[in-house]
Amino acid sequence: MIEGAKWRRWVYFHIPLAGFLIWLLFPFYWMMITTVRPDGELYRPWNAPNYTPFWTNNPTFEHIRYLFAETLFATWLWNTMVIALAATAISLVCGVFAGYALSRLKFPFAGSLGTMIFVTYLVPQTLLFIPLADIIRNFRIGDSPWALILTYPTFLIPFCTWLMMGYFKAIPKELEECARIDGASRWQAMIYIILPVAVPGILSAGIFAFTLSWNEFIYALVFLSSPQEKTVPVGVVSELIRGDVFFWGPLMAGALLGSIPVAIAYSFFVEHYVSGLTGSVKG
Amino acid sequence: MATTTEAATGTPRTRTRLLEDERWLAFFLLMPTIVLLALFIAYPFMKGILLSVTNTRVGVPGEFVGLAIFEKVWNDGIFREAAWNTIYYTAVTTVFKLALGLWLALLLNRHFRGKAFIRAFILLPFIIPTVLSTFAWKWMFDPTFSVLNWLLREIGVIDQRINWLGDPDLAMGCIIAVNVWRGVPFFAITLLAGLQTISPELHEAAAIDGANARQRFLYVTWPLLLPVTMVVVLFSVIQTFADFQLVYVLTEGGPANATHLFATYAYQIGVRTGLLSEGAAISLAMFPVLFLVVIFQLLYIRRVETR
Repeated sequence: MIEGAKWRRWVYFHIPLAGFLIWLLFPFYWMMITTVRPDGELYRPWNAPNYTPFWTNNPTFEHIRYLFAETLFATWLWNTMVIALAATAISLVCGVFAGYALSRLKFPFAGSLGTMIFVTYLVPQTLLFIPLADIIRNFRIGDSPWALILTYPTFLIPFCTWLMMGYFKAIPKELEECARIDGASRWQAMIYIILPVAVPGILSAGIFAFTLSWNEFIYALVFLSSPQEKTVPVGVVSELIRGDVFFWGPLMAGALLGSIPVAIAYSFFVEHYVSGLTGSVKG
Repeated sequence: MATTTEAATGTPRTRTRLLEDERWLAFFLLMPTIVLLALFIAYPFMKGILLSVTNTRVGVPGEFVGLAIFEKVWNDGIFREAAWNTIYYTAVTTVFKLALGLWLALLLNRHFRGKAFIRAFILLPFIIPTVLSTFAWKWMFDPTFSVLNWLLREIGVIDQRINWLGDPDLAMGCIIAVNVWRGVPFFAITLLAGLQTISPELHEAAAIDGANARQRFLYVTWPLLLPVTMVVVLFSVIQTFADFQLVYVLTEGGPANATHLFATYAYQIGVRTGLLSEGAAISLAMFPVLFLVVIFQLLYIRRVETR
């Protein structure tokens, strides 16, 4: 694919790609270096002499220690994990069922139901958060993990359904028919024959749903108020800033450590994630 | 209805027989989804409309006031500024995300060593919780300790510090830059998937016919990529139009309300100030635009599917 002289390759390929990489990844490097930089080096004005911002010779774990010893960071991590896993599990069950029904079964209003679910896929959380906060209060699940475990599926299910429909459509009908001829019920054919074949799709939907729940912010911000109930994004925003004072060391440590679970989950399933991502827009 | 109760209370055998019927099975499979979406999407939507035609505050049940709240919001200068900001923000970021995302996708569409590795790393800005990565940017934009200021001074561009988020015009630019940073990987990876479905033979055929690289892109790649591009752009437009996190972390709508979007202003009024009706009305103001985009997308997908 790459043709022409060597310098052309540099100008048209290597340099732009390196530029993109530096631009896209630098903030993460900056998070890391800030996490291990002692306060004395951190708060040095931008025009101080002999300032080496990109490296430190005195790495410290003080900020990480502060995060776990003086704040509820560990609790937030646990909360986020529980909420993200529960919301993902609910959404996968609902999404797989709904996707199967919409792609395989004939029933009245199938088309309009599919369209409705697709439309809810496009409803952003910021459209409904104020009335939803009221409803959460009325249901008496405000300030508890249930507020998020039950509401996150509203933006995860449509996506899972959409993705699973694509997967189920690609599985040949004959597979199911064979099982039915051998005496399996519809339910058995779905559970024992179709679902195992659709595992890659389920993994894609699951990993995608997990990262989305870990990422969610506005519902968590509005529905939760006690510090010990918060998720990582909300906890970092609201508890690590005192008035106008930003504790940048712990803040960046929190940002880094709060990103690691998603990054690990992602690194194990990169291919599934990418196919989920591209599937989510292609359908 | 009689059959439903029978299904619920009946023996396992009748239950199995009911599940053999396609309509009952579909009903059973779709039930949980419909219940959740009705409770937490349809119901809040109705409730939002109800809220915005009353004058409800936190703890004070409101009375019906017709369209008075909408009128009040419409005449609010900050609301108008937020509306304008949102449109500007969506338009500018989408153009940049598309251009840079397409460029990156074209770079990644070549064969080179470590491609899978680089592709995995490039998606990081999109994976990492937005609030957390935005904090890294906020730290880089810090008025006193900004590494960007240090860098610009080292290469001799500035000798006065730049107050990135403190200046109304610059602040919007910074928010746009961070949004583009976060969105480019999504565009690049989805467009790359689109590029990979284009058969290389088409390019070879065009090359044999004498088309140069620019012509091959314009007449082969671009038309074939257009359907994917449309869908990606529409998704991105919806997400950007309804954005909240970036502005909330970077500026909270400031300085002097210069960077409010619909969502942040709705939060400011509805949650911070406790004027639920006004907040709900500001959120709902996004609806007409979102509705148009969704209709457009539905029509477009249908057209592509039936082709």
